[in-house]
Amino acid sequence: MATDTTTKIALAGNPNSGKTTLFNELTGSNQYVGNWPGVTVEEKNGGLKGHRDVVVQDLPGIYSLSPYSLEEKVSRNFLVNEKPTAILNIVDGMNIERNLYLTTQLAEIGVPMVVAVNMMDLVDRAGDKIDFEKLGKRLNCKVVGISAQKGKGCCEAAEIALQYAKEGRKGEVPHVFTGSVEHAIAHIEESIQGKVPAASLRWCAIKVFERDADAIAKMGMPADVLAHVEGHIRDCEKELDDDAESIITGQRYAFIQKLVSECVVKNEKRVKGVKLSDRIDRIVTNRILAIPVFCLSLLAMYWLAVADGGPGTYFTDWANDGFLGDGWHLWGTMHKASTPKDAKEKLWYDGMDYEEATGAFEPHGANVEKWRDAYKGAYDEKKGEGAYEKDLAAFNEKNADPSEFEVLDEELAKTVKADVWLKDEESGEIRSGKVSIAGDKISVEEEDEGDDLKWTCDYPLYKASAEVGEPEASDFGVWVPGVASICGDLCTRFGIEEGTLVYALVNDGVVGGVCTVLGFVPVIAIVFLFLAFLEDCGYMARVAFIMDRLFRGFGLSGKSFIPMLVGKGCGVPAVMAARTIENVRDQRMTIILATFMPCGAKTVIITMFTACFFREYWWVAAAMDLMGVAIIVLGGIALKKTRLFAGEAAPFVMELPAYHLPTFRGIVTHTWERVKAYVWKAGMVIFPACVVLTLMMTFDWGFNVVGDDLDKSILASIGGWIGWFFAPLGFGNWQGAMATISAEIAKEQATATLAMVAGGDGSAAANVIQLFKGFVSDERLYKFSALSFLLFNLFVPPCAVAIVNTFKEMGSQKWGWFAVGFQLFVGYVLALNAFQIGSLVVTGSFGVWTAITILLDLFALWMIFRPSKKVN
Amino acid sequence: MKTLNDIEIGGRAVIARLHGEGAVRRRILDMGLVKGTEVLVRKVAPIGDPIELTVRGYELSIRKDEAAMIEVV
Repeated sequence: MATDTTTKIALAGNPNSGKTTLFNELTGSNQYVGNWPGVTVEEKNGGLKGHRDVVVQDLPGIYSLSPYSLEEKVSRNFLVNEKPTAILNIVDGMNIERNLYLTTQLAEIGVPMVVAVNMMDLVDRAGDKIDFEKLGKRLNCKVVGISAQKGKGCCEAAEIALQYAKEGRKGEVPHVFTGSVEHAIAHIEESIQGKVPAASLRWCAIKVFERDADAIAKMGMPADVLAHVEGHIRDCEKELDDDAESIITGQRYAFIQKLVSECVVKNEKRVKGVKLSDRIDRIVTNRILAIPVFCLSLLAMYWLAVADGGPGTYFTDWANDGFLGDGWHLWGTMHKASTPKDAKEKLWYDGMDYEEATGAFEPHGANVEKWRDAYKGAYDEKKGEGAYEKDLAAFNEKNADPSEFEVLDEELAKTVKADVWLKDEESGEIRSGKVSIAGDKISVEEEDEGDDLKWTCDYPLYKASAEVGEPEASDFGVWVPGVASICGDLCTRFGIEEGTLVYALVNDGVVGGVCTVLGFVPVIAIVFLFLAFLEDCGYMARVAFIMDRLFRGFGLSGKSFIPMLVGKGCGVPAVMAARTIENVRDQRMTIILATFMPCGAKTVIITMFTACFFREYWWVAAAMDLMGVAIIVLGGIALKKTRLFAGEAAPFVMELPAYHLPTFRGIVTHTWERVKAYVWKAGMVIFPACVVLTLMMTFDWGFNVVGDDLDKSILASIGGWIGWFFAPLGFGNWQGAMATISAEIAKEQATATLAMVAGGDGSAAANVIQLFKGFVSDERLYKFSALSFLLFNLFVPPCAVAIVNTFKEMGSQKWGWFAVGFQLFVGYVLALNAFQIGSLVVTGSFGVWTAITILLDLFALWMIFRPSKKVN
Repeated sequence: MKTLNDIEIGGRAVIARLHGEGAVRRRILDMGLVKGTEVLVRKVAPIGDPIELTVRGYELSIRKDEAAMIEVV
């Protein structure tokens, strides 16, 4: 049905036959990734090198043109219905027998075809000999040898295909079947002639013989014709004592076996010797060693991507805090401070690296900040509201060097004392330990357990602290300002002041949005680099082989394992990694379930909540991880019983490809494509979302900057409107709602927002505890409210980036919404249980929501434990 | 009926007939497990399922459920 006149060369072949390498070789960099309409399978096309008007179409790797798997359907529909101008069939020379099976099918479609036997470098090295001439004669098409990895013969093969395409040269279809089958097919051809396109007459006849319902329906064959030929098929089946499908496949393989014995001479030594691949396999799929080896490779990936001190964390920190944040030191090793030449004295941070110095400065900085606040308050109290600002302005006018703070009343200063806490600014978590003050020196001794770091700062201590002075980043080596800092500077230079609309829009909105998207790149790139290596070298198939039995227990296959593990680190690559699962039902289910695994960002929430609320329950953190696993298992069982996912288990008939060392270029291309796709798709949605959310958090409805009074912001009032949704969960007011919404940008944001909206004058932890106490009517319940908040944020849909990718990978809005809806249900029910059942146990009050909770639980249990549906 | 499941690890067998129906059966046929093919049962996964076969010079993994559909002599 090709209406356009572009010359299209389709690349068709088995998985692992080197199609992607060939495709890249043929198209160079001129390629793009798109989606087939309506399906998730990726399709690639690009211009042929030297002939930019010729399109090279990469098709999914397939073993056969039978219509059962999604890739096969996609390829078959393209080849049979859209008809490329020519087919370039890639055949793995090391595995020629099974590869030629597809070739015999492709030959029947009625499209000019060239067969390229790939991996000739390996074939030569193994000492095998392939007679292309003879092979071509028997298959009635041109057969050439190539080596895609070495770039040998690829363009020549494409040129021949192009020539065939232009001439429309079709070889006669090789007759692979025996007498009685050919006889029956001839009868069928006669009966259906004129009802199908002449070029694909034989293809259609064979499909009718096989009783391929899908293909017959597409041909629109009248029932009486089918009834007429049925007799011929029956006779043939009776004669050969087998069913039509088996006869066709069996005879194809018999034909190939004969062909291979005539045209291929295998090196006897190689066949008898033990291959390297077998030796590797003996270890990695060994009954005892398989699982330890697998665990080790996973640990390696974790360490690379998300471990403290691993390269992933290093690059993520660098990307977020350095490159995109304030700035970074060009040479990591140049951390030692060097005293500026003109400085008379040594700087106090001489000999420390930057991190050490900022850490040492922290208590001093806290002293300065807190004491100044207390002083201003005391000043205003003594001399009237706003007196300090006024007097400071008057003071600054008289002085050539205006300052932001000045002790205007020495006597008053001596009476001012301030409470100081040390807290982790990012998580809001209070650091615990002992602080000792000797003279003007503050030393902090951190401990795992202990009281809050609280001390009192008086005037002498303040003066001592103020003299210490903040360490200058530029004194610690070559300092490169980060994107956020550069943008901030640029704004100031153009006269845009901090706290204005434009400043917030540019810095918090645009730059913040870009940073949110790009901040994920290091971790995604590392995970995908690792996965690409495992996939390309052939280990991934073994992982599926090892884990299949375990996962089948709850409705998934072995291939679902990797995405779930990746999910422990980050949900975004987890959702994307599900792409390697061929069965679309399994893929969808894996996407829905994978993000229940608490990711790195969710771990931040867990840490904060454990520190604030569950200090005496150390196991809460571990329980959240276990809960993630439990939800995946139970969710899998429940989903499998629904109509959407029920049905015959996807066949686990899977090739275990021979191990080989992947090429650097192949892995990098693979990774680059995935990272690029992520940045584009995520950027399109996250970026505007960040801009909007930041604006809503920065401004009130009159577009005035709200500063620290977050309760006046637009987001707070929206939070107030939707608070009712969270009310049954025990945090139904604007603070809870707002923290939950902001967590959708990035999960760890929940903790920062909580700390922000909590306000108060205690430590961050104390403030948050106070906040949750304010959520509930009965103070005994606040821990249940906190648990409910924690569960909700862990198990509702993941952050926006992951949701966007869920929609993208699902390939349809409907499935995207289903995933989000399911996750919302799970999160809501869990949170509901925490609060409502908690309330019931503690206070004994039984309300409407208690009843609803119990009903929802019963529903969930029914979903899990009801008998499986019988399908067909 | 003797099936592929009855063959010990390291043992060989020749396929006599393929039972069952539908997609799984077709996939098994397509992968080259047709009547008359010689198969080597190479190993079993650590948890006891699936199994690994050598057929037509390459390695193929199938579940025991599927192996039970393959009648051998």
